[in-house]
Amino acid sequence: MTDLGEAFAAAWALVAGLDSGLAGIVMLSLQVSLSAVLLATLIGLPLGAAIAVERFPGRQLLIVLLNALMGLPPVVVGLLIYLLLSRAGPLGSLGILFTPQAMIIAQTVLIVPIIAALSRQTIEDAWREYSEQLRSLGARRLSGAMTLIWDTRFSLLTIVLAGFGRAAAEVGAVMIVGGNIDGVTRVMTTTIALETSKGDLPLALGLGIVLIVLVILLNALAAVIREIAQRRYG
Amino acid sequence: MASSRRNWLKGAMIALTMLVLQQGTALAQQKFITVASTTSTEQSGLFKHLLPLFEKKTGIQVRVVALGTGQALDMGRRGDADVVFVHDKVAEEKFIADGFGVQRFEVMYNDFVLVGPKADPAKIAGGKDIVDACKKIAAAGAPFASRGDKSGTHAAELRLWKTSGVDPASGKGSWYRETGSGMGPTLNTASAMNAYAFTDRGTWLSFRNRGDLIIVVEGDQKLFNQYGVMLVNPAKHPHVKKDLGQAFVDWVISPEGQQAIAAYKIGADQLFFPNAKR
Amino acid sequence: MLPLELDQITFSAGGTTIINGISARIEAGPRTIILGPNGAGKSVLMRLCHGLLEPTGGRVVWHGARNGDVRRHQAMVFQRPVMLRRSALANVVYGLQLAGKSRRESELRAMDVLEVVGLEKQAHRPARVMSGGEQQRLALARAWALGPDVLFLDEPTANLDPASTQDIENIVNAIHASGTKIIMTTHNLGQARRLGDEILFISNGRLMEHSPIDRFFREPASPEASAFIKGELPWHQAGGTG
Repeated sequence: MTDLGEAFAAAWALVAGLDSGLAGIVMLSLQVSLSAVLLATLIGLPLGAAIAVERFPGRQLLIVLLNALMGLPPVVVGLLIYLLLSRAGPLGSLGILFTPQAMIIAQTVLIVPIIAALSRQTIEDAWREYSEQLRSLGARRLSGAMTLIWDTRFSLLTIVLAGFGRAAAEVGAVMIVGGNIDGVTRVMTTTIALETSKGDLPLALGLGIVLIVLVILLNALAAVIREIAQRRYG
Repeated sequence: MASSRRNWLKGAMIALTMLVLQQGTALAQQKFITVASTTSTEQSGLFKHLLPLFEKKTGIQVRVVALGTGQALDMGRRGDADVVFVHDKVAEEKFIADGFGVQRFEVMYNDFVLVGPKADPAKIAGGKDIVDACKKIAAAGAPFASRGDKSGTHAAELRLWKTSGVDPASGKGSWYRETGSGMGPTLNTASAMNAYAFTDRGTWLSFRNRGDLIIVVEGDQKLFNQYGVMLVNPAKHPHVKKDLGQAFVDWVISPEGQQAIAAYKIGADQLFFPNAKR
Repeated sequence: MLPLELDQITFSAGGTTIINGISARIEAGPRTIILGPNGAGKSVLMRLCHGLLEPTGGRVVWHGARNGDVRRHQAMVFQRPVMLRRSALANVVYGLQLAGKSRRESELRAMDVLEVVGLEKQAHRPARVMSGGEQQRLALARAWALGPDVLFLDEPTANLDPASTQDIENIVNAIHASGTKIIMTTHNLGQARRLGDEILFISNGRLMEHSPIDRFFREPASPEASAFIKGELPWHQAGGTG
């Protein structure tokens, strides 16, 4: 257990010393994952809402597919995006392989199913409760869906945070499409992987602790917001 | 919705957008090249020492993607890198012959060492003959951890087995263990299993998780590991940054670059020995 | 909008026939109560009239409707009030804005109706924390604010205590007095007597009787109606949730 003790010491040293390398890595991690979650929400939320309220042939199949895609292995997504963005691939001329943009794209692809599938469930449950009243008042399906998105916003916030957690925690996708380039595409998870492979376990664990604390803080914030909302809006 | 809520939402979106764009624009303005190299080279710390010197001189940022040699050369073939900097002469010469690279320049060499448990089941510690050591390991059936990942290190290891007349495949599943991963993870595995392993000195010097492992064989000529640098062929990939890439190649084999390589030490040990031909 | 004509309406779902050939003509004016035991098909009939369900056979015709826009001049209040996670005022405003009114207009009109139903002091309270009776009053306010020609009410007081029930009944009468046609379902005889001018008695998906209220209670024309009035009909019929 001395490794664990050293890890805490290493973590504390990193944070207390406000290590500038660490700051850069944390900033980049946040930028990449927050951007990805933002894009994924813009795509996934309306998608989930539309599927929740519309009826069309193949709907059940689509729902099953979406749920299944939640479990996409990050490393597979990374490989697919790499093949797309490589110079030898169809989108190579964009030249964005090994940049944070590629990492954002990969993580967005990873999280869209999560946001779409879970918001679909949330909004469908709400639609079951609200649909007759909303239709009676004259709302069409999609306008009703938009209203429900706002009405279920606090449950949706939890879903967005789940998406962020998944993005911030994954290493497979960003490693392959980002290349773990020092100072350019190195994020918390890829740094942990690197330090582990170098055998510098205390440092890797230290970084891991910093990452976990970050995610815990964000989820605590979400819990507080939900609590306040519950009390205020019922 | 209430206007105050709308404003807060607008403000948050703007802040988030700026956060996202900020890092994008910062990157876009920088002159840079992409160099495909190996994990062992990067983990030795050489690039952290070398590249700032180059950037200071030329203003060109060097972005190193560190993979196994096989992957690095593959990157070059696909045109995802401007320069390839690896240590597998045979594979590099094929790369040039196939037209993917312009010209191969020798840059430096480091050496490999054989590490193993203090208990030394194959009784080879202190030896200077790597081929003999290989024979003894196979004969004793002592655990051996191999990278098994098509890297330069792996290729060098396989050549030694061949020279010693041992087919490591015969030990698959018993004493010969392929990890399919980089130098660091393979050493981690060797340390955990008390196995022998073949590693470059650089990675070994900065490796912190040694357990019971020590260097058992070193100094054999056959253990020298030659590095070569190649510009990816702009004829095959017109987008390659040939001027910036050539600047890097030129610098690395120039007296200045060679001196910088020699100056890199871990503790008191020099890791890489420059040997560019002039 | 009125008169409303139901022409041989049938409705089946999941293999069961819930509404079995109902024809009726509902005129403007009297408060119409749709009466019957649980499971008779009252709620389904309401939803067919309001357009929330499509009949599997027959037609629903609004003879007085102008250029086919039938949904707009009706409103409905359900057994359970369904409120959005916003203030009471915002819930009423929502309905008005959907109908195309500006925000300013909507807020003014909403405050007016909230005053009439006695909720003006709670205008800015979150609707979902209000009591059941208050929420149902709010639902009525929301419906009334739209100025509908016809107001449907589906067992609006089934979940409320007697005091709240009385509040709701008073508001229904006020809405009626303002010129809106009331069509309401209930299984409560007392409420039917208090609020009804005419009765449509439904049993097992069929229309048994359509008569003015006095005649219904004095001389019910069908044995099912007599049994119901005496309290002898089974509390639940096969058709579903009524």
